[in-house]
Amino acid sequence: MWHFIFGNLTWAALPHEWFTIGGTAAMFLMAGAVVGWLTYARRWRWLWSEWLTSTDPKKIGVMYIIMASLMLFRGALDAAMIWLQQAMSVGASHGYLSADHFQQIFTAHGDIMVFFVTMGFLAGLLNIILPLQIGARDLAFPFLNSLGFWLYVAGAVFVNLFFVFGGEFAATGWLSLPPLSELAYSPGVGMDYWIWSLQISGLGSLIAGINFIVTILKMRAPGMTLMKMPMFVWSSLCSMVLVVSVFPILAVTIGLLWLDRFFGMHFFTSTGGGNPMMYVNLIWMWGHPEVYILVIPSFGIFSEVVSTFSQKKLFGYASQVAAAIGITLLAMLVWLHHFFTMGAGADVNAFFGIMTGVIAIPTGVQIFDWISTMYKGKIIFTQSLYWFLGFVATFTFGGVAGVLMSSPAADFQFHNSLFLVAHFHTMVIGGALFGIFSGLTYWFPKVTGFKLNERLGKTAFWFWLTGFFTAFVPLYILGFMGATRRLDHYTDPAWQPFFITAGIGLVIIAIGAAVQIAQLIVSIRQRRDNLDISGDPWNGRTLEWSTKSPPPFYNFAVIPEVKSRDAFWEMKQGGRPQPVYQDIELPKNTAMGIYVSAFVFLAGFGFVWHIIWLIVLGLGGAVTCVIIRALDEETEYTVTAAELASMENNHS
Amino acid sequence: MDQTDALRTAPASAGLALFQPKGVVATGERNLIVTAVLLMLLLVVPVVAAAFIIAYKFRAGNQRAAYDPNWDHNKFLQSLWWGLPALVILCLSVLTWRGAHDLEPSKPLQSSLPPLVVQVVALRWKWLFIYPEQKVATLNFVEFPENRPVRFELTADAPMNSFWIPQLGGQMYAMAGMVNNLYLMASQTGEFTGGAAEINGRGFSSMKFTAKAVTASDFSVWLAAAKQSPRGLPWSDYLKLTQPSENDPPAVYSWYEPGLYNKIVAQFMAPAAGSGEPQLIMPGM
Repeated sequence: MWHFIFGNLTWAALPHEWFTIGGTAAMFLMAGAVVGWLTYARRWRWLWSEWLTSTDPKKIGVMYIIMASLMLFRGALDAAMIWLQQAMSVGASHGYLSADHFQQIFTAHGDIMVFFVTMGFLAGLLNIILPLQIGARDLAFPFLNSLGFWLYVAGAVFVNLFFVFGGEFAATGWLSLPPLSELAYSPGVGMDYWIWSLQISGLGSLIAGINFIVTILKMRAPGMTLMKMPMFVWSSLCSMVLVVSVFPILAVTIGLLWLDRFFGMHFFTSTGGGNPMMYVNLIWMWGHPEVYILVIPSFGIFSEVVSTFSQKKLFGYASQVAAAIGITLLAMLVWLHHFFTMGAGADVNAFFGIMTGVIAIPTGVQIFDWISTMYKGKIIFTQSLYWFLGFVATFTFGGVAGVLMSSPAADFQFHNSLFLVAHFHTMVIGGALFGIFSGLTYWFPKVTGFKLNERLGKTAFWFWLTGFFTAFVPLYILGFMGATRRLDHYTDPAWQPFFITAGIGLVIIAIGAAVQIAQLIVSIRQRRDNLDISGDPWNGRTLEWSTKSPPPFYNFAVIPEVKSRDAFWEMKQGGRPQPVYQDIELPKNTAMGIYVSAFVFLAGFGFVWHIIWLIVLGLGGAVTCVIIRALDEETEYTVTAAELASMENNHS
Repeated sequence: MDQTDALRTAPASAGLALFQPKGVVATGERNLIVTAVLLMLLLVVPVVAAAFIIAYKFRAGNQRAAYDPNWDHNKFLQSLWWGLPALVILCLSVLTWRGAHDLEPSKPLQSSLPPLVVQVVALRWKWLFIYPEQKVATLNFVEFPENRPVRFELTADAPMNSFWIPQLGGQMYAMAGMVNNLYLMASQTGEFTGGAAEINGRGFSSMKFTAKAVTASDFSVWLAAAKQSPRGLPWSDYLKLTQPSENDPPAVYSWYEPGLYNKIVAQFMAPAAGSGEPQLIMPGM
């Protein structure tokens, strides 16, 4: 009877390690504080109807960014725990974590930073900026947008769930390669939490990808041909094409792994005719494009930032578009460079090595084009531009390390070493994250109506940059010394100073992050001094700056006509026509996204703990909710021309 | 005295191991790494410098700098921006192609001597080395003569692993039911740290071994001593080795179950358990 109701979930499975109990307590305290405040301030109804059930992409975008920031905090705590263990655990000392805990922590660190931090920030920026840049009022599928966000939240909860409901997290590395991740070697529920957190959030990413592609292709303002789209729109399109191309591979791959684990099948086991090499190929067919999914939108952000703050047209627009498309296509042809050491032979290895090197060509072109954009510009050194220059300083050298490893014979020495770890942190922090910071500071006034404090922003930048080099240069060196990644203990005392230096770098980065939090608080307190009244604080070039800051819920009272690439810049040169208002239709709020995700979450929980009735309930509930939503024909409401005119005139 | 006592302590720190190669393969890989990096820096350093110089020169406060807000295209520069990286990548591609073929791990090394065959089994969490020609086996340490190629035949009876002796050469995967060949050759005597490079469970970090290169005559002496070892490795004892354990002391086995390596590999090729004898798929022994 117990097993029927609770599956494999028993008292013994509840949290009992010191660090899970600590995590549980901290999470309950934080949740308690939030619930207490909401109740005290009577904000529940406001939260529900203004935010949680909203289909407004600007609000969903803000919720994505808040969620990604929370997950960044969790991922950073993991990083600190990894560092502390590695700084202590040499020779006779074995540090403060068991090998098993340590492995769970770095697994969670990797998955959280990729799936829930970087992807979350990106989805947030795309939600807020894309519709504004193409002159649209909404995304193509507002309900799917809400659903995608809530699936992402459900996945994020799953990654943290073992704190509350016990068990463990996967201890297999962020991609959980079999046969280690099979039942024979990882019998615990940690692997199942891993599978379902990725499966659910991956579904959310896929839905978001489809939505963004359709939005870009079908909802651009009249006159905005493909070759008049801002670079950020192009790069987002490329990134989302990759999402739609490869996330199905991820879903199928970990789906097959689940079949192995749940039904005892043999897709990827060592025995019974299974083949683990197939999983390694499949997961990297998703995994390599994934890193380009993260970094291509940042390239788009830099194109906007460099052009705006050089007060000059973007150099080589067509060339940049070609480069972005080239990177997108090549990204799908290089996956094998993640395992040259598997023994595929010289011809296969050389092919994938050369394809990898070729990606450096379009990437280099983009950097050349940004430099040419600055040439003969009038450059204003804002914090957004600082992040771009920081990107140039880090990403190019990270790129050299990457191209170096694309040579199979060199990779045999770097594979799975700390050199590799340093390389991809350079790409993800120096490339994707610096781009996201640049974009967040650039578009912050558009979202909130006031600018971020410049001085604190630049201070934070310098901490991040020095911290970054202090943290990751030692890892490159440790790679040269033959140190592999994921070591909870090592014997060579000569390695310890480098691990300690890396930790100091981590502390410097943490100070940078603290300054960013201070920057946010100070900027909010001094917002009256930094108000963005015109809606165009940077003398911008693209359509998002043509509307108010923050934009009204309908984005544009009148959809703008686009005549050239820098549509708003041209408008500012001429005069703006007198607006003629028309009735507009906007999507209603809906809670169905939350309900569907909640049911999917329950099904996932049932899968993890083998609770059959819960799986049936969760899947049945999710399908029912989708059908109910599909039958609802009143999903939009009308704002009349008269209401629009009165709102526009009141605002201005 | 147990001849493996001296090996219980790890070899001395190798410093920047990748830049202090002690074998032909590692030397070739080191040279490739250095050449490729220098070639790339030839382009990258000027580009990064240009980025900062141009950003500074065209700062808004500089009244003497030209300002041309509509300059956004130049055919010559565009071709250059595509051509320069393409040229560097072309040169690198030649290096990549040649490196991949010259240093392909399964390619036999040039030598007047035939390779010494060492069969390697990655276990949880220890390394078993079998010398099929000498009929001895060792655990967690491997000894071989200098200046003679060694063919490591890698497999696993455990999660997928990666076999790595940084100072002798790059890695190769050890996978259950499969055999990968890795040729290495030490160019001088010495003790080198080797280990696991692929996460494989709780004992991953401790899964190290010592690789010892000795002179040909010392190797003969060692072999003779190994044959006198009181320990052997019948199948039943091998099965005990497949059980998880960490930090097992090095051991020498004077004999082992006949056909041990093939039996280990073939376990994973068999149909379902109990449906007959596994087919041996490896020729000879």
